[in-house]
Amino acid sequence: MTDLTSLTLAEARKGLADKTFSSLELTDAHLSAIEAARVLNAFVMETPDQARAMAREADAKITKGDAGPLAGIPLGIKDLFATKGVRTTACSKILGNFVPTYESTVTSQLWRDGAVMLGKLNNDEFAMGSANETSCFGPVGNPWRREGSNTTLVPGGSSGGSASAVAALLCMGATATDTGGSIRQPAAFTATVGIKPTYGRCSRWGIVAFASSLDQAGPIARSVRDAAMLLRSMAGHDPKDTTSVDIAVPDYEAAIGKSVKGMKIGIPREYRLDGMPAEIEKLWEAGAKWLKTAGAELVEVSLPHTKYALPAYYIVAPAEASSNLARYDGVRYGLREQGKTIIEQYENTRAGGFGAEVRRRVMIGTYVLSAGYYDAYYLRAQKVRTLIKKDFEDCFARGVDAILTPATPSAAFGIGEKGGADPVEMYLNDIFTVTVNMAGLPGIAVPAGKDAQGLPLGLQLIGRPFEEETLFSLGEVIEQAAGRFTPARWW
Amino acid sequence: MSTATHKLLKGATGDWEMVIGMEIHAQVTSNSKLFSGASTAFGGEPNSHVSLVDAAMPGMLPVINEECVRQAVRTGLGLNAKINLRSVFDRKNYFYPDLPQGYQISQYKSPVVGEGEVLVELDGGRSVAIGIERLHLEQDAGKLLHDRSPTMTNVDLNRSGVALMEIVSKPDIRDAEQAKAYVTKLRSILRYLGTCDGDMEKGSLRADVNVSVRKPGGPLGTRCEIKNMNSINFIGQAIEFEARRQIEILEEGGAIDQETRLYDPNKGETRSMRSKEEAHDYRYFPDPDLLPLEFDQAFVDELKAKLPELPDQKKARFVADFGLSAYDASVLVAERESAVFYETVLDKLANRARDGKMAANWVINELFGRLNKEGRDITGSPVTSEQLSGIIDLIGEGTISGKIAKDLFEIVWQEGGDPRALVESRGMKQVTDLSAIEKVVDDIIAANPDKAAQVKDKPQSLGWFVGQVMKSSGGKANPQAVNELLKSKLGI
Repeated sequence: MTDLTSLTLAEARKGLADKTFSSLELTDAHLSAIEAARVLNAFVMETPDQARAMAREADAKITKGDAGPLAGIPLGIKDLFATKGVRTTACSKILGNFVPTYESTVTSQLWRDGAVMLGKLNNDEFAMGSANETSCFGPVGNPWRREGSNTTLVPGGSSGGSASAVAALLCMGATATDTGGSIRQPAAFTATVGIKPTYGRCSRWGIVAFASSLDQAGPIARSVRDAAMLLRSMAGHDPKDTTSVDIAVPDYEAAIGKSVKGMKIGIPREYRLDGMPAEIEKLWEAGAKWLKTAGAELVEVSLPHTKYALPAYYIVAPAEASSNLARYDGVRYGLREQGKTIIEQYENTRAGGFGAEVRRRVMIGTYVLSAGYYDAYYLRAQKVRTLIKKDFEDCFARGVDAILTPATPSAAFGIGEKGGADPVEMYLNDIFTVTVNMAGLPGIAVPAGKDAQGLPLGLQLIGRPFEEETLFSLGEVIEQAAGRFTPARWW
Repeated sequence: MSTATHKLLKGATGDWEMVIGMEIHAQVTSNSKLFSGASTAFGGEPNSHVSLVDAAMPGMLPVINEECVRQAVRTGLGLNAKINLRSVFDRKNYFYPDLPQGYQISQYKSPVVGEGEVLVELDGGRSVAIGIERLHLEQDAGKLLHDRSPTMTNVDLNRSGVALMEIVSKPDIRDAEQAKAYVTKLRSILRYLGTCDGDMEKGSLRADVNVSVRKPGGPLGTRCEIKNMNSINFIGQAIEFEARRQIEILEEGGAIDQETRLYDPNKGETRSMRSKEEAHDYRYFPDPDLLPLEFDQAFVDELKAKLPELPDQKKARFVADFGLSAYDASVLVAERESAVFYETVLDKLANRARDGKMAANWVINELFGRLNKEGRDITGSPVTSEQLSGIIDLIGEGTISGKIAKDLFEIVWQEGGDPRALVESRGMKQVTDLSAIEKVVDDIIAANPDKAAQVKDKPQSLGWFVGQVMKSSGGKANPQAVNELLKSKLGI
């Protein structure tokens, strides 16, 4: 029954409810798929025993008739989420074989609703990267390849394992996190759907922190509806995270298929970059046309501070990261490299435990917070952030319901192709997505087409705070028009 | 503000003035820590009061403990300070094994409490107002244990995350006496408020003392900070030493290096801990895990309405209501327990207006005197407030004389018992029965005709007769009645 893996989450839910198959069968099908796809390196930890136990429990509940909304659905969990009793590393050597005694709020809500954990998914070390190449477990392969090429491409990052696993049908959905584009960019690179909800929508408790004011959890899924189903379980107020917001979680699925007639869609002129590939320009126009056909109104809008977003992001995020990562000191858990003095122990542990990109960002962050530089960098970046936020607010104040942009400036690229000499080349991947994190807004990436080499491309919709429903409605219009995309299996 | 003079130090080049500012770290009285639910109980096995947040496990987030905020606001009100309705928690970044997060959550640019003032009493009825710069909330660190292993240092995180109030004074303090009095007064206010237990031995109250010297009224000198003082006496000693050390350097033509120093009470000296160049760059920035701390004026007003009476108010009331001297009143209010004891005595008195002042004298002179002699404090007093009020009632109503009362106090101290019952059973009652006294008076006049004849010319010899009567009555005769009787019998 290997075709069970090709179902969408919504289809699987129906099959489980109708007893067409059991969660154990569905789970086993995915476990087999995972085993056969190890070359992708999407999973860094497989938990088949736990998966089957959870599946059996779900089956029992389905039989008893008290199944939760995600009962029996096998999922993959990004290794940034603490999972009780299961190794959690953020894909960094510095956490070693750290096994949490606690479960993150987001994952515990998924288990509460009956979901099944297949294992932990690869990601960029501490979620720092846009290609999943900085993981201490090695890079992840994108199930998509250029037509006629055997080159393995990156799945994007930092949630590369999540995107790859969902695209390769190894799990029905995955948790992911997004600090500057880490859900939306990999979703775009793999023809999956990824939503970064409004900052404060999901609890950050139990998620290894990268940049606290930007980090948000969200799902990567096979369809817009699937993403809506997953977000409903993941979202919610958590008293353990004071930045989470106490607003009732709507039934996001109800937004699917809702008319978008009369919605005002902003097309920001600043996102039209010099030298942007023509096919991305074309895709963007196509997306706008689909929405117009569905009854939405298109308006050109201006987000004048967009060009400052990336530099400001690369001050704010590393600053917070440099402080958030200070706890990895070899004293209480994780890797410890001995030294003759405590300072030497810190140096050895952190030099040996952190990879190059993490070290780079810790150094940038330490620098921009230093006495004498704080005002010039961190404070100014925060001011830019306020202006970026205001750009969006002005736009929404003029009645714009959502903003349509490309998700990425290019399709997936080869492993090792980018950022080798100049990290900024890699950072530019997030040019369309970082503004959304800086403003704390929800953003969804939806597959919209392919480039000339047959690689998937995505569009991004940016919404008003806590209006994820609008994004699901609009996203589904694009999904309906563009169709869904599945990679040819080569692994 | 200050009318008090302060001590100047004599140097070879003339007088020097000390300029002192203090940062007091006061542990907030609360059941749980500032940002976690872990217990704040003192002692306990190492690492037995540690939550996931305190140990800085990956993905853990701080949640503000509202009781600690209330305690900080109460304290601010007690220091007559401005309460900031919006304040911000910042991260103070540095590496140390007792600091699990790699940063301390503190308040840097926007503290919860702003400027205030404390009135400090000095000897001889002088007083001085010391300005408060700010009060902010911050986390305490853990503790390193060096004695558990020959090769390793262990870390105990029981204190990690416990709430501290850092109370920063303005550099208004001018000598060691003022410094000691300031800490004493601040400690007293905190204990009245119940916001810090003030136990310096357990480290609940620690002070960093900034000392510089200058020619009186001259420009400020370079300061040194003496860290982590946990005894009021040591604070005084350290200031004296440090000021003299600086004067010596300056008078020899040297310059003071701004640095952090430690006081060694055994050697009675301060020594360098780290120089300005070695000082950390703490890279403060607002903690992105915490929203700004905001509350409204109603929250403050409610706390203000429920604030207990503080030492200054209590002192004023004692002076106004019972005619106590300012000095006696300040002795009584200095320690919260003493004031409580005195007020309990007052509550139990039969006639508070008549005997309130006498009660103060008894508490201060007899009780405190005796306790001091035996090295006990008020909480270990063998004489209860009820017993003491009983003794005072007996004096006030004229049942016993002050002299007998001292004997009675001694009996109660040694053996316990109800004072009124003791007076009855031991026949200590003052004799006010005129006929009984009259007989004694008559007998003594009859036995001393010469003296009785002389007394008209020498009225001061009346005292001799009084003494004789009191002696033969065993001290129980009412002295006033004796006086009157003698005067009429002797015709003076």
